[in-house]
Amino acid sequence: MPEVSKTMPEVSKTMAEPDNVLLDVKDLTMDFGGLRAIDAVSLNVCPGEIVALIGPNGAGKTTFFNCVTGIYKPTNGAVMVHPPEGKSQKINGFKSNRVTTIGMARTFQNIRLFQNMTVLENVMIGRHCRTTTSIIGAILRGSKTRRQERETIEISYDLLEKVGLVDFADEFAKNLPYGAQRRLEIARAMATDPFLLLLDEPAAGMNPQETKALDELIVRIRDKEKISILLIEHDMKLVMNISDRIYVMEYGKEIAQGSPMDIRNNPKVIEAYLGEDADA
Amino acid sequence: MVDNIKRSLLVSIWFVFLTFPLMVVKVNTLKNIVEWRWINMLWVAIGAFVLSIVWRWAMERRQLKNKKAEQGEEESVLPGFGQRLLEDPKIFKPVLIALALVTLVFPLVVDIYQTNIMVLALIFVVLGLGLNVTVGLAGLLDLGYVAFFAVGAYTYGVLNSFFGFGFWISLPLGGLMGALFGIVLGFPILRLRGDYLAIVTLGFGSIAKIVIENWEEVFNGAKGIANIPRPGFFGAEMSIHTATTYTYYLMILMVLFAIFITNRLKDSRIGRAWMALREDEIACVAMGVDMARTKLGAYAFGAFWAGLAGVIFASRNTYINPNSFTFMESALVLSIVVMGGMGSIIGVIVAALVLILMPEYLRAFAEYRMLMFGAVMVLMMIFRPEGLIANVRRKYAGRKVVTEDANARG
Ligand SMILES: Nc1ncnc2c1ncn2[C@@H]1O[C@H](COP(=O)(O)OP(=O)(O)OP(=O)(O)O)[C@@H](O)[C@H]1O
Ligand SMILES: [Mg+2]
Repeated sequence: MPEVSKTMPEVSKTMAEPDNVLLDVKDLTMDFGGLRAIDAVSLNVCPGEIVALIGPNGAGKTTFFNCVTGIYKPTNGAVMVHPPEGKSQKINGFKSNRVTTIGMARTFQNIRLFQNMTVLENVMIGRHCRTTTSIIGAILRGSKTRRQERETIEISYDLLEKVGLVDFADEFAKNLPYGAQRRLEIARAMATDPFLLLLDEPAAGMNPQETKALDELIVRIRDKEKISILLIEHDMKLVMNISDRIYVMEYGKEIAQGSPMDIRNNPKVIEAYLGEDADA
Repeated sequence: MVDNIKRSLLVSIWFVFLTFPLMVVKVNTLKNIVEWRWINMLWVAIGAFVLSIVWRWAMERRQLKNKKAEQGEEESVLPGFGQRLLEDPKIFKPVLIALALVTLVFPLVVDIYQTNIMVLALIFVVLGLGLNVTVGLAGLLDLGYVAFFAVGAYTYGVLNSFFGFGFWISLPLGGLMGALFGIVLGFPILRLRGDYLAIVTLGFGSIAKIVIENWEEVFNGAKGIANIPRPGFFGAEMSIHTATTYTYYLMILMVLFAIFITNRLKDSRIGRAWMALREDEIACVAMGVDMARTKLGAYAFGAFWAGLAGVIFASRNTYINPNSFTFMESALVLSIVVMGGMGSIIGVIVAALVLILMPEYLRAFAEYRMLMFGAVMVLMMIFRPEGLIANVRRKYAGRKVVTEDANARG
């Protein structure tokens, strides 16, 4: 009985109020040759939510991100976005720069910073899609270009402050310690003014203190910056701590979804993770 | 040290042995005798010995440096020479003034031959600055850059011989044609990377030459186009001497112009996007940068300078034929960029001057030019992969810096 009453409002929420969903993925399928990496996975994120996507290694989580952010073109299914401002659209097959411009920015599991650029410059790249200077404009360097440049620097410093990297602003990205690189990726993604931030294992390789700080950072981004978050993470403590809802994948299929409480006690999930190390 | 000398001696003997048939024995087919050129053996021995010693010394130094870098000592202690030069106005200003003076009086104190060579070197400086954007900044390897150089030169040549266009109208047109070709050739190779990109651009370079050679009606084929006028000055009559000096000053202006503009682009939204594209294409696009637009921009911008340089090249030689636009020229410009340091403007200028002037003044070496380029490239890759003058790290005066300054004063 309680089982039913719990799922009911969930369903009505997505069905009845479509304009209260930011990202709505339906039956997403992705094949690599003969391998079905994702099999009809559905997922949605509402404003102000932190949603986690978990699952054993190779479950297809990163592939899911790649499909949503336009790095892969999904074989089947629909990726709908409903930006807070602007029109709803289906973004299957959009190039990833267009997805980012619409307002969904991501970080990478295997850190992909611009290694030989400074920390500040890395964040400034994030502003690219929100500024308009052309080649001619850059040569003439008129008042509009200068203003945009000033704003870009200002906003980038602000973001570095928020993730605690201001002191490294002029350092090359490659010289940063691992945890700082992950935070820089978050700042760079935030610079694109997203309404949804997709974080691919942001705590990987971090020590417990760093993970704790990251935990706070993510919640702060949601609360202060009003950015919703979709998160892939293996660190169960972090996931259980901060997520509003959790989706679980295994072998490309979605095997469970619900609140952290539900997921913790879901026998399917426990089974999926049993073969795994005691990460959970 | 003794160990080093011993090893080098061994190397030297080995080389003498290896090169013996080539360097020492010579069969004189006219007189049917064998000549023994023992003196060559001595040279080989000394040369191999010295090179080996230098090599060992350099290797040791490099290892030491790597060790230091691993311990995190190096970089932070000593910023690169280029960075120091630029950041310390005490060194920078006098050097700049001295350079400006030398540049200004150069054509007045040397003869026309030297001025002419210098003009050629400056043309290659502009080519280097252009390719530096495509390869050094945006990371798009282009082995067919000479194609755009040819486009510029032939734009002037053809417009002049058919329609009587002058230098000053053809100059911007040549640049624009270069840029246009950059975009057109850029389209099909947008998705290519690394080796594939290199091979296809190499093909473009060769195709350009073949088209010029075979399209007799327009380009006059292998005969080339002659009687191309030198740059004019409001229709004033000029002797060859004055015209050369005039071209020299034009080139200086052009180089300054190129430096100014590439510098502005480097420190802009566009330049940063180019660098990001070079660093990581997937991440760059995922951060909202339009890959096609940015790449085509880089191609077009690089090609624009090649077009301009081409027009000046045609007017300097007053004669062009397909043989001026071979793979050699592409390789030369690429060497300039690699040697100068990817993305570094000063580095490219120094490298262009060295690589163009050296063979001209050391005539003895001119024959071995390609060999020397090869050797220089290999050595650079081993010992200074960042180029002669590494790219300077840009610092932005942000709000943070401003407030810090205020705090320091208060
Ligand atoms: N480009 C690709 N081509 C072929 N197969 C791929 C490709 N990308 C991913 N896969 C396969 O898809 C499956 C899912 O991989 P994915 O990286 O999405 O897993 P994941 O859930 O992110 O795992 P992890 O927790 O280890 O990061 C794996 O079997 C992987 O080998
Ligand atoms: Mg993954």
